[in-house]
Amino acid sequence: MAGSTPASLSVDSATGAALTDRPARSTSLGGEAWRRFRKHRLAVVSMVVLLLIIAAIGLGPFVWKVPINDIDFGAKLRGPSLTHPFGTDDLGQDVLARMIYGGRISLAVGLAAMFVALIVGVMIGAIAGMASGRVDAALMWMTDLFLSLPQLPLLLLVIYLFRDALKSMFGVEMGVFVLIVLVIGGLRWMPVARLVRAQFLSLREKEFVEAARALGASRIRLVIRHILPNAMGPVIVAGTIDVAAAIIAESTLSFLGLGFPPDVPTWGRVLFDAKDYLDIAPHWALFPGALIFLTVLSINFIGDGLRDALDPRRVL
Amino acid sequence: MSRTYILRRVLIAIPSLLGISLVLYTVLALAPGDPFGELVTNPNVPPEVRIALREKFGLDDPVWIRYVRWLSAMLQGDWGFSFVSRMDVDDLILQRLPTTVAVIGAAQLLAITVAIPIGVLAATRPYSVFDQIANTLAFVGFSLPTFFTGLLLILIFSVQLDWLPFVYRSDVQATGWKWWWEQFRQSIMPVTVLGLFQGAALVRYVRSSVLDVIKLDYVTTARSKGIGEPKVITKHVVRNALIPVVTLVALQLPVVFGGAIVTEQIFRIPGIGSLLISAILANDTPVIMGVTFVFSCLVVAFNLIADIVYGWLDPRIAFR
Repeated sequence: MAGSTPASLSVDSATGAALTDRPARSTSLGGEAWRRFRKHRLAVVSMVVLLLIIAAIGLGPFVWKVPINDIDFGAKLRGPSLTHPFGTDDLGQDVLARMIYGGRISLAVGLAAMFVALIVGVMIGAIAGMASGRVDAALMWMTDLFLSLPQLPLLLLVIYLFRDALKSMFGVEMGVFVLIVLVIGGLRWMPVARLVRAQFLSLREKEFVEAARALGASRIRLVIRHILPNAMGPVIVAGTIDVAAAIIAESTLSFLGLGFPPDVPTWGRVLFDAKDYLDIAPHWALFPGALIFLTVLSINFIGDGLRDALDPRRVL
Repeated sequence: MSRTYILRRVLIAIPSLLGISLVLYTVLALAPGDPFGELVTNPNVPPEVRIALREKFGLDDPVWIRYVRWLSAMLQGDWGFSFVSRMDVDDLILQRLPTTVAVIGAAQLLAITVAIPIGVLAATRPYSVFDQIANTLAFVGFSLPTFFTGLLLILIFSVQLDWLPFVYRSDVQATGWKWWWEQFRQSIMPVTVLGLFQGAALVRYVRSSVLDVIKLDYVTTARSKGIGEPKVITKHVVRNALIPVVTLVALQLPVVFGGAIVTEQIFRIPGIGSLLISAILANDTPVIMGVTFVFSCLVVAFNLIADIVYGWLDPRIAFR
């Protein structure tokens, strides 16, 4: 916002002069953000790491064709070797293949839960920010209420109560997936709602919105065309961090033995199975744990870089 | 601080507690399954008995009547009976609660004592090497899930080095100093896991909060009066910078409880977190509801305490 004042002044004085003032290379909004993002070295490194992880779990099954449930008691609890780069578990199943499979689920849960949180958060925040008055107060009271709910106990409670119903509705794997995504997303929308509301409150008083309103734009058009795009910066940052939080939440549930069933080797689930063999087969626990850590760390760093890139006011 | 401020805060806490109980009850009411579902399939129970039972327990009443009845029972301390443990739910929870509160409290203390000096030092030298290392470590700290750090610590200190016990025991056979020493030894790992996770998040809050304060005019005034830098930082900057941190510590509590459940499960600490997990695995609904309710009450209580402390630290708030 700070940069807009001199630009508009020079445009006012003479359009031709203003053009020569600007740097020769025209920078788009995205290009500018990318330039700021690149300055955050750790964020760039994290992006490379995350892309490598995504590529590995995306292309892994085509390269590493060992089935995830190939039981071989002769080779159980082996350390890393050439035939099994990540070692084997207590049934002699290949840990690498299971990591690749589990990574897909963990990332899918993270992304889907993020979308649920963003959709709910943006809707509630937008309604509260546009409505103001009693509706706003009620929605914000609800947001504060959800913020003070103890997340993990409630997550466990909901999963305990609804697991069987959803299993019969969508099947075992899909039911648990839908449930976990909805619940994690449903408990993560509050920060987004607050951000969106705060953005809406300040944006809707801005001149360009007033201009659009004067031109006869409807309320919905105002929100979708003019206000929402300008409010998206912090929302994207919050969404990125939500992916990391959702991955941790899913792994936690699986680690407590209450997430996906045993035959679906998500990273948390593998860790749960491996924790009783720490003394004889530490590799079995270390690989999934390290993968969760690396993924979450790189997503968090990317979020930090995006904050610098998309939300320039918050840079010191 | 005026008494009306405290009273107002307490009055605000009550509707949020009611709201939380409403959410909990809604979840329970929406859940499929019937507490008497078993009786339907049991051929020894005639349908007339089933209907009489439902009437007796008021299961066919409108939802809101059932909610009021449930809430008043909860408020009167009638939390139901755990069929698995064969005792009243409130007794069961009261037995387990002190351990959980002790572990969470110790972890919070550790988090605060680690985070405040590091955060302040980092903020007084922004973008220095120390700041960058602290920031990176903070990111690493809150990206490490508690279940993984717990396993790592067990792997290093219990399995490899054999220094610390990895199972928390509530029946330590010792007295006097020996008892305290054993308690200390078995608490180190769980408290470290929980405390460092908390501390990592806190470092960033402390840093940004100190950065907000350090540029204010009164700090420059203090400096220009010739007060030494250490005194400016401790007396003028930190005291004011910590005010928002108090709220953040309270707001983080729901997350801490999540971490506590996991830590209790890993180290087999007999607190309410592991009680919750075992109750879920044993389908012990009264205990599950009770523990969740206790967690919610703790969150509301700590928010209330934070509000009151906030008003005490910053009198401007109390007058608004």
